Amino acid sequence: MLYYLLRFAAGGIAVSAFAALADGLRPKRFAGLFGAAPSIALATLVITLAQTGRSFAFMEAHSMVLGALALAAYSWTVCLLLKKLMVPSVIATIVALVVWFGFAFGLSAMLFDLT
Amino acid sequence: MIVRFNLGALSEVRWYEYLIRFVLGGAMTVVAGLIAARFGPIIGGLFLAFPAILPASATLIEKHQRERKESAGLMVMRRGKDAAALDAAGAVLGSFGLVAFALIVCLVIEWTPPLALVLATVTWLVVSVSAWMLRRWL
Repeated sequence: MLYYLLRFAAGGIAVSAFAALADGLRPKRFAGLFGAAPSIALATLVITLAQTGRSFAFMEAHSMVLGALALAAYSWTVCLLLKKLMVPSVIATIVALVVWFGFAFGLSAMLFDLT
Repeated sequence: MIVRFNLGALSEVRWYEYLIRFVLGGAMTVVAGLIAARFGPIIGGLFLAFPAILPASATLIEKHQRERKESAGLMVMRRGKDAAALDAAGAVLGSFGLVAFALIVCLVIEWTPPLALVLATVTWLVVSVSAWMLRRWL
């Protein structure tokens, strides 16, 4: 239980810190860089290293490359939905999750044996 | 164009909006850990790059822009979406930095784990800012 509380606190602090940085930065496109900040990655990898060791963290980082490519596709889709289709942000960011899951698991299925 | 930090912009964010982001970030980190424990590091690793910040920030940007325009007596819906779209466009560039972050962790973590995370974070920043500068040039 303490382990998950620690994870929760670490993730919450990391995401809030990067998001607060993004709130204050101008211009907006530059601030947007922080929308892809390694917040969850840092919080998770620190705890993983302490708990399960380097090889597990190495495997996670290996797979994270594909997750990050999926995040690029996701962000591009959100941008397109907002700019071209005028979809409200809340809907655009939820609908585009299909793209993240599609890319992340599609690329993983191609490159790794997921069975 | 000069990059600057506007402290006043932080006071526009309400306390519950910070709380929402803290809870979402914390919950996502717990979920990523549960997935890694249940399905292994390959599936779990994907979730280290799950969109945790962008959904909340894009929604808040659109909301704040709309409120600002409405308080000025304007009914401009487009402006909020444009601002949120710019934020998402920035996240596309930041994602390339995140790819570099993961690659650096892969390369250095077996050698020196704490340094790997510091080096990877610096790399994320350098690659992201370089991509942003390149985008401005083109």
